[in-house]
Amino acid sequence: MKAKKTLSINSKRENQAYLYLLPWIIGFIVFQAYPLIASLVYSFSDYNVLDKMNFVGLDNYITLFTKDKEFKKSLFVTIQYALYTVPFKIIMSLLIALLLSKSRKGIGILRTVYYLPSLFGGSIAVAILWKLMFMDNGFINSILSSFGIGGISWLGNPKLALPTLSLLEAWQFGSSMVMYLAALKAVPVALYEAASIDGSGKIRSFFSVTFPQISPIIFFSIIMQSINALQNFTSAFTITSGGPMKSTYMLGLKLYNDGFTYFKMGYAAATSWIIFFLIVGTTLLMFASSKLWVFYGDEA
Amino acid sequence: MSKLKKNTIKEIIAYSILILLGVIMIYPLVWMFFASFKTNEEIYGSTKLLPLAYSLKSYIEGWKGIGGTTYTRFFINTFAMVLPTTLLTVISSSVVAYGFARFRFKGKGLLFAMLLASMMLPNAVIIIPRYMLFRNINVLDSYWPFYLTAGFACYPFFIYMIVQFFRGLPMDLDESAYIDGCGTFQTFLHILLPLMKPALFSAGLFQFLWTYNDYFNSLIYINSVKKYTVSLALKLSLDAESVVQWDKVMAVSGIAVLPVVILFFICQKYFVEGIATTGLKG
Repeated sequence: MKAKKTLSINSKRENQAYLYLLPWIIGFIVFQAYPLIASLVYSFSDYNVLDKMNFVGLDNYITLFTKDKEFKKSLFVTIQYALYTVPFKIIMSLLIALLLSKSRKGIGILRTVYYLPSLFGGSIAVAILWKLMFMDNGFINSILSSFGIGGISWLGNPKLALPTLSLLEAWQFGSSMVMYLAALKAVPVALYEAASIDGSGKIRSFFSVTFPQISPIIFFSIIMQSINALQNFTSAFTITSGGPMKSTYMLGLKLYNDGFTYFKMGYAAATSWIIFFLIVGTTLLMFASSKLWVFYGDEA
Repeated sequence: MSKLKKNTIKEIIAYSILILLGVIMIYPLVWMFFASFKTNEEIYGSTKLLPLAYSLKSYIEGWKGIGGTTYTRFFINTFAMVLPTTLLTVISSSVVAYGFARFRFKGKGLLFAMLLASMMLPNAVIIIPRYMLFRNINVLDSYWPFYLTAGFACYPFFIYMIVQFFRGLPMDLDESAYIDGCGTFQTFLHILLPLMKPALFSAGLFQFLWTYNDYFNSLIYINSVKKYTVSLALKLSLDAESVVQWDKVMAVSGIAVLPVVILFFICQKYFVEGIATTGLKG
């Protein structure tokens, strides 16, 4: 009898959880789940804010893939941007983290220096800085010309504009570096000792000890960075406005122009779902490949 | 002896790489700082880092802003948007995290899985319906789209981060509070919350940073210059004149990044811990 009473008090108490979750449940339904479904519905319509919405089936998607030349270019450029920036950031942050992980003097200052650029994320101020630095008569060209290299049009040349924007993204590898630094510190020293007793060299012990141990973190950061890169907007909008010759016209920018400049909401929603598919595709690909290279300690 | 020598050489090489790369990393920011004192002509085509003369003219001119709206207003706007958003995020996220971390209830597994899945929901795919939603409830051209999403805990990252932190606090704390007659809310407010300070602070810092740096959402939700945030104003000053006054733009850009830099140096420890414990993107 007594036990039953405590149980009922307990379950009463446990049920209060729903009260605490309520803000999130409302927020999740209204601001996340509903918009997700609504954008799918819009993508099958000709919604343009003003007129009545008509369903047009797959028309938007068919137009995107068959008639809209801009879209193919956008899709290509977006994937290219992710392929330039994500691997570069991962490798760079891992290398610097490895160099910094040995307790050297002055590590604190160096870590700060490498981290600092990533504070500004997608901020407009650094996008403006990039534009000014890489202008035809900007200071990058001034420095290069003092070495006798002249007249590189970083933002005017369709072949160079995307790499120049990618460089801005790559410059901000600091936060993943800090993440790897923490992960490297958590690798048990005993594993390295065992590896060195077995006669492993530095490179060998990186691949047999370090990499497997931090692979879950790498896995996670590849996914998060791909999600960011595939949605990039600010740098393309501010620095190049998508040009020259649409060479930096990423899907995020196309979405903005179609949706918020021309109010072709249905069409823009279809573009947003293509971005979503790219992201889901990347994530699934990562999960599928994870068995080959991601090591989870408890499985072993 | 030769091994020692070899190690010294290795150290020198490692240091050289780290320092050289570090200089390249930091140079754009240093250059930005000094460029803000230069004249427009000097910014173009000069390889010198330091300005010929330090002049505050570009700051004074730049601060005047656009069309009669000064940067005083843009900064007030920015903080009017960022501070409530940050506060609301911290409050709502910690309440929800408490619900997830400290109770056993029906459907917990499913709800938590939904929370984790929503971390990967890209902003691009929900932005159009969200815009329409805020348009229908008449809150466009205000900071309410930011307040509402923050108040209703639409930042799953922070919930997850705080849940992780809760797991480090022993359940005995709750149990003894219950025995003393505390209700769940009192337990949360008086016993657990004071112990959560580091996690709440980290969450607040990152939310401040992200909202402060945000451009895409502000661009979509806010359209009258009087309500512009610093980000929007900066972009406008780039487009407003046919010949860009780079000295002015650099001066105000420099001021715009200053709060973030100051915040970072004051709270460096929390930044590093925040990233390290949850893998937040910076």
